[in-house]
Amino acid sequence: MKAAPLNHLPGAQFADRADAAVNDPALRTSFRGAMDFLQAKRLAQFPDAIELENLRREAEAIRRYSLSRLPELLEQLERKLTANGIVVHWAETPADANRIMLDIARRHSARLMIKGKSMVSEEVGFNHEMEAAGIEALESDMGEFIVQLAEEAPSHIIMPAIHKTKQQIAQLFEEKLPGVAYTENVDELIAIGRRVLRQKFAAADIGISGVNFLVAETGTLCLLENEGNGRMCTTVPRVHIAITGIEKVVEKLEHVPPLYTVLTRSATGQPVTTYLNLISGPRKSDELDGPDEVHLVLLDNGRSQAYHDEELRTTLQCIRCGACMNHCPVYTRIGGHAYGTTYPGPVGVIISPHLLGLAATHKLVTASSLCGACAEVCPVRIPIPRLLVRLRAESQAGAPTRHPIRGTGSAHSPWMSALWRGWALVYGRPAVYRLVSWLMSRLRLLTPRAQGAWTSCRTPMIPAPRRLRDLLAQRDAGERSSS
Amino acid sequence: MNARERIFARLRAAPVIPAAAPPVRVCEPRQEGAALVQQFADAMSAAHAEIHFTDQEAWPRLVLRLAADKRVASLLIGKGSKEGQRLIDLHPESPRLISYDRPIGEWKAELFAAVDAGFTAARCAIADTGSLVLWPDATEPRLLSLVPPIHFVLLDAATLQPSLRSVIASEDWGRGLPTNALLISGPSKTADIQQTLAYGAHGPKQLIVLVCLS
Amino acid sequence: MNALARSAPTLPTDVYFFATCLVDQFAPEAGFDAIRLLEREGIRVHFPPDQTCCGQPAYTSGYLDEARAVARRQLDLFPEPWPIVVPSGSCAGMMRHHYVELFAEDPPLLAKAAALAERVHELTNFLVDVVGFQHQDQGAACTVVLHTSCHARREMGSHLSSRALLDGLAQVTVATQARPEECCGFGGTFALRHPTISGAMVEDKLKALVDTGASQVVSADCGCLMNILGHAAHGDLQAGKAEPSMPGEHIASFLWRRTAGARS
Repeated sequence: MKAAPLNHLPGAQFADRADAAVNDPALRTSFRGAMDFLQAKRLAQFPDAIELENLRREAEAIRRYSLSRLPELLEQLERKLTANGIVVHWAETPADANRIMLDIARRHSARLMIKGKSMVSEEVGFNHEMEAAGIEALESDMGEFIVQLAEEAPSHIIMPAIHKTKQQIAQLFEEKLPGVAYTENVDELIAIGRRVLRQKFAAADIGISGVNFLVAETGTLCLLENEGNGRMCTTVPRVHIAITGIEKVVEKLEHVPPLYTVLTRSATGQPVTTYLNLISGPRKSDELDGPDEVHLVLLDNGRSQAYHDEELRTTLQCIRCGACMNHCPVYTRIGGHAYGTTYPGPVGVIISPHLLGLAATHKLVTASSLCGACAEVCPVRIPIPRLLVRLRAESQAGAPTRHPIRGTGSAHSPWMSALWRGWALVYGRPAVYRLVSWLMSRLRLLTPRAQGAWTSCRTPMIPAPRRLRDLLAQRDAGERSSS
Repeated sequence: MNARERIFARLRAAPVIPAAAPPVRVCEPRQEGAALVQQFADAMSAAHAEIHFTDQEAWPRLVLRLAADKRVASLLIGKGSKEGQRLIDLHPESPRLISYDRPIGEWKAELFAAVDAGFTAARCAIADTGSLVLWPDATEPRLLSLVPPIHFVLLDAATLQPSLRSVIASEDWGRGLPTNALLISGPSKTADIQQTLAYGAHGPKQLIVLVCLS
Repeated sequence: MNALARSAPTLPTDVYFFATCLVDQFAPEAGFDAIRLLEREGIRVHFPPDQTCCGQPAYTSGYLDEARAVARRQLDLFPEPWPIVVPSGSCAGMMRHHYVELFAEDPPLLAKAAALAERVHELTNFLVDVVGFQHQDQGAACTVVLHTSCHARREMGSHLSSRALLDGLAQVTVATQARPEECCGFGGTFALRHPTISGAMVEDKLKALVDTGASQVVSADCGCLMNILGHAAHGDLQAGKAEPSMPGEHIASFLWRRTAGARS
């Protein structure tokens, strides 16, 4: 189906993709509409600003606490899961993760794997890898199913097909699904998906899922969903493989409800998801359904790098609600695909440098006006703008930094550095600043009228004939002479 | 070193300042009795579930009547479930009662194709979000509440709890969970096509809750 | 209520004025009017002549050493314990919240930065919370639309104080715009690094402002104003319009003009 994995497009061409997206009126309209809708839905869930702040602080405290004890909690989790009969696998890289899952598949001679929604599986390019090994990996979340059918990647972490109109989906179904006639009726479209996928649930050898939270004390995988496909994937096939990042663990079950409620309300403005599926083991001997084998693949893939630094560690607090993208003016303009990374939008921009290195992502790190809308809505209070500043500094560094990360210095430009040093020379020395600003005022008519990108859609910035300090000096002089 | 050891070595090498254990709020403003039932019913109805109030005497006949209204020809019940037995005892002509008495591998195709509705009891329920708590087991397996297009659930109103937090605390879930525990807060749904809500994405299209008031 | 309003509810006799580089060089009349507004309340306004820039352009661009070098020079400009009034929410936010991050590794400078942060006031915050601004509106009836910069809103809460000041003017109606909290696309060097995205943002912002039918835009931040008004003027030029489709001014100038009669 696909020639190459879609989980990473070159960062160097980000600007081209962004330009194309901005100039695509249909895309602009559909993202604008979707974001307005999701913002309003979220807002309606949090009518009380003080209660919202309490919930965010509570959720943040849980995530910070969990991360502060990450190694111990992972050990406890592994012990509990193993005791419960769930097999734990550790993967440092996407290749590790795929190899582990492929081994399991081969052991069961699997031909069809049915997938619930998992961004980590996107992160490792799972579908592509399985296909290369001759195993069909079929998405069953409606949005993911649509995106896979269109041979695209998700454009949003919660609503993968948010960039598509129902007309496009109607056309896609008609083209790709045998015997399906064109219909724009959403109920009918969903019924078609249901019919096609039900056959697959029954036929699949292995079910794949992500995980929202891992509970160390009970050895439990928590999965949230609305459609029921996640429950299908984790119940019907004989083998269930869950894959997630090492940062998802919490200590206690009582830590789940506070995270669960901010997640669903922030993500889609729902008070709760239709299903909360708590899995703590494979089928017992007297049970009639559920998988015989449950595996959990825990992926690092750069997370331990973020973990190493106090500030960057906050990145790992993320619970993947997508509220930051729903409120991001940049994401709203360019959509998810332009980023070219598995995780788009503000949180994608702070996570991707750890997964892919700054050399591949430094352009994304600059694609924010630092307006702060993301941090304002983040249910676990990740200081996204501050992290963006840090990542900009890391990528541009001309000398070793205190906590270098992969790709530190990869966007270093001697020319830009010299420019900023020059800037600091002027603004860091009052006498120089006075002279330079005086000259700029006096020579204002010589100010270039073409000011690069600024004047592409704005009139040039021209200094005032007299600076504020000149106006004040003039006034003081006038007062002195008149007194 | 293997992958596991290398990951742990990296995590342990990080200079981490221990954070205080988060104070998790358990006690919330608590609704009582009828108000709790009303809160539950409102939340469930808002999520498109159908709510019927009944009592311990009347509910079996209500299930049969609702099944007839919905043209349910076959109703799946758990083998050995005492609530299921109440339905069997009525010897209904319709719907045909099917017992979930074999491992799924033996009758997958039939379950997916030929069952109109499933019937389960709920362990308890949560008022603030309108959620049913199910602990599927050998008697009432997991797919009973997932594969049939209609799901009937019997709930004893006396088991209602204000919140998930209070369920976890009062039932001491932290001591251990069954292989599968579920919260169900409405029929299956999706809004993946242009944010338009549609029910019956993959699980039940209809969730019918029979609340037994004491 | 900001920190000073709580700790010193009485009107101070003296304040420092930190103009910001943009106001000093590109919008001096906004600074001049802000100073006149303060002086009218009987406050002596001190303009430290060695002030340059808060350092924000380098900070947001990720040139932290350069930001520190410039910010460092501002730390010693305000020896007296007077409030420091800044006619820009963005620059005030930089001094209030980010100086302590910049100097986190240097205890003596951190102490200075923290003490300074406590005294920093965005102009409209100061006018509302400390001054209790109340002057007769002398202008003709008009409808304006308010744009608050993202940092002014999220770091200083200036959207509320700016709005309160406008609401205090009897003849002024404040129009409601679509998505008032959305960024105008300025973002310092963001506008230069990502011109297409920034351009799309300012285009949408201008449209939201124009759609209100307001006769002008008012803002407490010169950066956003240069972006929005510059974009409006660019469009006017291309369309050959003589009259600006969206005039605008700094809120200090607007307040002074409305409450002091003609510009002196």
